[in-house]
Amino acid sequence: MDEFSKETLVYERPNTLTDFTTHYCPGCTHGIAHRLTAEVLEEMNARERAVGVASVGCSVFAYNYFNFDFVQAPHGRAPAMATGVKRLLPDRIVFTYQGDGDLASIGMSEIVAAAARGENITVVFINNTNYGMTGGQMAPTTLPGQVTTSSPHGRDVETAGFPIRVSEMLSTLDGATYVVRRSLHDPKNIRMAKKALRIAFTVQERGLGFSMVELLSTCPTNWGMTPMESLHWVETKMIPYYPVGDYKVAPVVAEIKV
Amino acid sequence: MPANGRIEVNEKFCKACGLCVETCPQNVLGLSASRINAKGYHPVELIQAGCTGCGICAIVCPEAAIAVYREIVRVREPEF
Repeated sequence: MDEFSKETLVYERPNTLTDFTTHYCPGCTHGIAHRLTAEVLEEMNARERAVGVASVGCSVFAYNYFNFDFVQAPHGRAPAMATGVKRLLPDRIVFTYQGDGDLASIGMSEIVAAAARGENITVVFINNTNYGMTGGQMAPTTLPGQVTTSSPHGRDVETAGFPIRVSEMLSTLDGATYVVRRSLHDPKNIRMAKKALRIAFTVQERGLGFSMVELLSTCPTNWGMTPMESLHWVETKMIPYYPVGDYKVAPVVAEIKV
Repeated sequence: MPANGRIEVNEKFCKACGLCVETCPQNVLGLSASRINAKGYHPVELIQAGCTGCGICAIVCPEAAIAVYREIVRVREPEF
């Protein structure tokens, strides 16, 4: 005979998030990425030694939402600033939180140089195929044919070129230790993304070098879709172009068990 | 028999995006028709019995607005 006696807590809001309501649009997966990062840092008991570097873009207000030290970098320069913070305070866990307009466009040289140096930082890279904050303009990651406010007839690859696959590109650099791509479009992939973030932060904690997690994300407002439609768009349109997978996993990472 | 659970929604954070409503495996979530929060959204709530406390709503919630509880099933020693 069964008896219900008391209840167990399955999930609650982590202490590493502040009590602010975010400015993100309803259904934007930026919030999921924030939550996963906060949960991982709480699980690693790293709240008191974490330093985040916010980029420019929708993620610019990340310092209001994370309940630990944060600095704000100029547009695209978050990896350079994180390099400085990490070299001065090597015992801290330093990460950057960047979108694709920031990392893949204006900040491309900084991220490539930081990965090539094998800088001991973690990068959380949000790929939502446009510049969200400024109104949905075409970004380097915009898919061929995708309609944005600055490509109203769809991205024409003859004039605007092809999208950049950042994870694949950085995985060719010897300095990078852990470079993976994950998606945030369903519960299974969200769990996989959280595990990847945990490994990435552990790589940094053990001093093994540069780690980056690319997260395929949605932008319902600028894509002109409902939140559920945008999740479906990620699954059917983005993942074929940006396959989810591990692109660079150094042999030493295999010893990490999380 | 599936476990019994319940959720608590922090209505201040909920933006009524509906991701939890769509992904709930038991279809027991809905947007409240009667309540409204400070941002003008109708927050999510349990609309019927059947929550198992699986936590999938909390996994997909972008605002970390949902706390999930599950009842512990304790098997009593058989009485002879």
